Amino acid sequence: MAERLVGADIAPPDLHAKITGRARYAEDFRAPGMVFAKLLLSPMPHARVRRVDASRALAMEGVIDILRADEVPSRDGPREACLTDTPRYEGEPILAVAAVDEETAAAAIEAIEIDFEPLPFVIDPLESLRPGGPNAYVDGNQFSGQDGWSDFKWTNTDFAKVDAGEMPDPSCPVEWTKGDPESAFAESALVLEETIVHQSLTHHPMEPRSNMAYWEGETLHAFVSTQSSQQTKFALAGALQIDPENINLVSEYCGGGFGSKIAGTTVMQIPALFSRKINRPVMLRITRYEENYVGRARPGFQTWLKMGFLQDGKCNAIDLIIVQESGPYGAGDFNTAGMIADLTYTPQNMRFRGVSMYTNTPPKAAQRGPGGAQIISMMEPILEKAGRELGVDRFEIHRMNAPRGDVQFGPRNATLTSVHAVEALDQGREMFDWDAKLAISGKRNGSKVTGVGIGLSPYTAGSRGRDGMMIIRPDGKLYVHQGIGNLGTHSIADTARPAAELLGYNWKDVEIVWGNSARAYPRSTVQAGSQTTTAHTRANHAAATDALRKIREVAAAALGGSASSYSVDSGRVSGPGGTMTLGRIAERAIAMGGEYSGEVLPDDVHAQTVPAAQILAGEGLMGIARDNYGGEGNIYSWVAGFAMVELDEETGMVELKEYVGVTDCGTVIHPRSLGAQVFGGSIQGMGMAMTQRWVFDPQWGVPFANRFYTARPPGFLDIPADLKWGAVGIPDPQDPVGAKGIGEPPVGAGAAALTSAIADAMGGRCVCRTPLTPDVLLAEIEGRPMYGRLEQHVG
Amino acid sequence: MAKIRDMIPAFELFQPTTVGDALELLDEHRGQAWVLAGGLDSFDWFKDRVKRPSAVVDLGGISELTGIRDVEDGIEIGAMTSLTEIERDERVRSGFSVLADAARHVATPQIRNQGTLGGNVSQDTRCWYYRSGWPCYRAGGNTCYAAAPQAMNREHCIMGRSRCVAVNPSDTAPALIAVDAKMVVESNGGSTVHDAEDFFIGPAIDITRMTVMKSQDLLTRIHIPARWADADFYYEKIRDRGSWDFQLVSVAAAFRKSEGKIEEARISVNGVAPFPVRLDAVERLVQGTSGDESTASAAGELAIQGARPLRHNDYKVAMMRNLVRRAVRSVS
Repeated sequence: MAERLVGADIAPPDLHAKITGRARYAEDFRAPGMVFAKLLLSPMPHARVRRVDASRALAMEGVIDILRADEVPSRDGPREACLTDTPRYEGEPILAVAAVDEETAAAAIEAIEIDFEPLPFVIDPLESLRPGGPNAYVDGNQFSGQDGWSDFKWTNTDFAKVDAGEMPDPSCPVEWTKGDPESAFAESALVLEETIVHQSLTHHPMEPRSNMAYWEGETLHAFVSTQSSQQTKFALAGALQIDPENINLVSEYCGGGFGSKIAGTTVMQIPALFSRKINRPVMLRITRYEENYVGRARPGFQTWLKMGFLQDGKCNAIDLIIVQESGPYGAGDFNTAGMIADLTYTPQNMRFRGVSMYTNTPPKAAQRGPGGAQIISMMEPILEKAGRELGVDRFEIHRMNAPRGDVQFGPRNATLTSVHAVEALDQGREMFDWDAKLAISGKRNGSKVTGVGIGLSPYTAGSRGRDGMMIIRPDGKLYVHQGIGNLGTHSIADTARPAAELLGYNWKDVEIVWGNSARAYPRSTVQAGSQTTTAHTRANHAAATDALRKIREVAAAALGGSASSYSVDSGRVSGPGGTMTLGRIAERAIAMGGEYSGEVLPDDVHAQTVPAAQILAGEGLMGIARDNYGGEGNIYSWVAGFAMVELDEETGMVELKEYVGVTDCGTVIHPRSLGAQVFGGSIQGMGMAMTQRWVFDPQWGVPFANRFYTARPPGFLDIPADLKWGAVGIPDPQDPVGAKGIGEPPVGAGAAALTSAIADAMGGRCVCRTPLTPDVLLAEIEGRPMYGRLEQHVG
Repeated sequence: MAKIRDMIPAFELFQPTTVGDALELLDEHRGQAWVLAGGLDSFDWFKDRVKRPSAVVDLGGISELTGIRDVEDGIEIGAMTSLTEIERDERVRSGFSVLADAARHVATPQIRNQGTLGGNVSQDTRCWYYRSGWPCYRAGGNTCYAAAPQAMNREHCIMGRSRCVAVNPSDTAPALIAVDAKMVVESNGGSTVHDAEDFFIGPAIDITRMTVMKSQDLLTRIHIPARWADADFYYEKIRDRGSWDFQLVSVAAAFRKSEGKIEEARISVNGVAPFPVRLDAVERLVQGTSGDESTASAAGELAIQGARPLRHNDYKVAMMRNLVRRAVRSVS
């Protein structure tokens, strides 16, 4: 019997290379004649380049050339180019210089004389909403493709309320209402109103987005750091306006992205374009400092929240206003936040208003759990506050408000394929021993107070309709071609395991093919939104099902009997006519040709899959199919986080004592990898809530906390050694494998469990801002809050 | 000039093997040479191209600067002794645990392996305006950006300011003051011994330096007198993140007790001023008391007298008050 692959731990195929240092990241590649590029970054948050004199730089020995903004693709409106003469944030790349080595390139950048005209800037979106307030662009602060720029402001009446600390009643570009919030609030036994600030945070993946490129004729060879792979090739082709089939994209390893490198093609364009200009390979190593600017950030929120509750603790109404700090090129988090608030608390009556404001801060992008992580970390302690005020057990208030299978949420009443948030809460309650922990909530040990809290966090976890492609070669091995990226989550391997199990393979006989587009990949997802596990276990399952049919048919043709009477196990196919190795089956499939060897393809595979399949055609028995399993509703996963903390009231320091995260993500494919995701995401959320920050000087419009030690993401030594995780393990019924993604929801759970536990330790008081650093908490305890209720970018 | 970061400019590297050779090099390159200990402060400056010395004198090869030795009156620690060694040394742990504690609170294990005691006390401030190369007073300019009305200054000082509002970042500095350490500074002109509390200077004395050392000086060793051995010590550091972080406020204290009463105390706080602050008045206040709650409270209040917070660091006043309270309270 072949080994069980789904639900068992494995060593991922890239493990040894990573541990031994043989793994080649983008920065590790070299090419003959390669030169190095360095960037000149804007020193101002908004400016116009008046004059550039690069004559001294270009005269330096070893300097090859300069690349300017007018040599790269650009579009009107709030759209990012890889180089610009109108920088919209401090740190935006203006130009690049190539030289024989980096030292020379750096010296050349310093030798460039450049004159900027400073332009008005804004870093706080509320300031841009104020009547007469500054805008991030000369032409306005809102943009639509149809109408162009406009100047969107709230009224003086709105700001009279804002300034008085009250919830305003502004108009917003995005508004939706469901049910009748006004009547529902009138019926609420308790209405809570809070003003909340969630900070903006840089992604700071370990690997900055360095990349190298060169051309061979019309073919671009790009060595890049990206979360996705096959889809990045198409995105880069689009950005450079070239035929995707003329790109050989190499991305074997990616040292993290957290959403900032879904494609990540902005910076990738620079070496590609520079290389084409100077006809030499160009390496652009992005430093930590540069990554801080060009590496994307989570948008910050300034939020007014009103929640109504019935006497039993059921949330019956929400009114939510989000002002999003969107950087110069926009982001969509706030929309998701509104949806997730409705999904998590099922109020039936909700009004959502949101406005995304351009600002002169580094660009924003999805950051692990975008929108969801922010809103959950802010709303969960308020839900618990309601429990306290109504005398409802805090666990029960989470449980009663959590959605069941028939949930409908958002303005269009979206549904889910499955939801087991309640089961996750129940399992977490047991693992954490909530009842015992609750008994010590508020207990004092000198100046230290114990707090416990819960964070329940959902996020999208799948998509459908992608293609799978695999081939059994005459060596008998199964080669699974994976167009998804390898950003450290093991999904390149894990999404192949149900397919391999279906084909009766032992894992040692499965080869994962990834990381170089010349190796041929089917139409894949972008590696984002935690789609990959669902999308590609499905697609590979479909391809494996196709392969199984073909194996049986080839076996029946060779050995006699009906195809359906043959079965596969451990590299052999056996039936009434005898047995054959799958290697021999592959040889026969090649001889039979047609669909068996991939020379005839299914009609419904994506056009992006066809040229890849043609590369492999004739090399073995091909399994290839589109995921036609279908399904109704959105695919969401959940994590219920439980935290116990000790807050020192004399210092404001918080120590995390225990954490349990339990997930509802369907079938567990790879337990160890799943645990790593639950922990990694939760810890990232804890950093978001507790230690990590980004700070801007409002007078100059520039960020500080630009490096790891000042940005303060949590490290290995900042968490207890014995975090615990669990999984509900109920398969998604609409899925052939039953697995859902897991990357995103742990962030909100980790963050919210901490914000809730801290509020508990504070006697139920919600500070309603992140990060909850010792200064903020101590100042609150002392009754002298550090920052204005709506102050953003401080810390 | 356009700004480039994370790229160390070339410099001439000297690697002397004796203190004498090092001093000669410093003399020869007077004002142009940079003394390199563990490199944790230095390389930050270099890679940001803000400090661009033409010559760097690496002390890593001078064996006489490393190690912890018993001396007639206490122990002597070579300035190039790693923080890990100090954290683990049995003599330090048993006799002067406040210093071992302070060393243990520096950054991360990797940084403590590389970082030295001499480097830790000699490092420059972490004011992010100054470290970013802004032309502030400390950098030779004519303003302090961190003291501006809208500035981001939660980590800056609440006392001791003089144009500059930066703070001293050293974790070991207050511990050395608490044990009355003597800092041995050598130059070609001979050697000078400074009390630890005098070794650190504020901007009123010289706004461009954090210590008494000038460019041709070398901190060679730190003598910890036996007088405070085995005292009752207290060390605490408050920081944003549990590891790899500078202090917001830290306190180090030594108490000599007799029959339950404090005979003598030395208390120092860092993170509140451009230099570690010795709290003489508090030391006098607690003398003769048992460190009871009311004394501790009074001590805390006395410690913060005259504190002048900036826009975003009012919390430091309470934090300093509470840490001093806790230090005194620890005696009882």
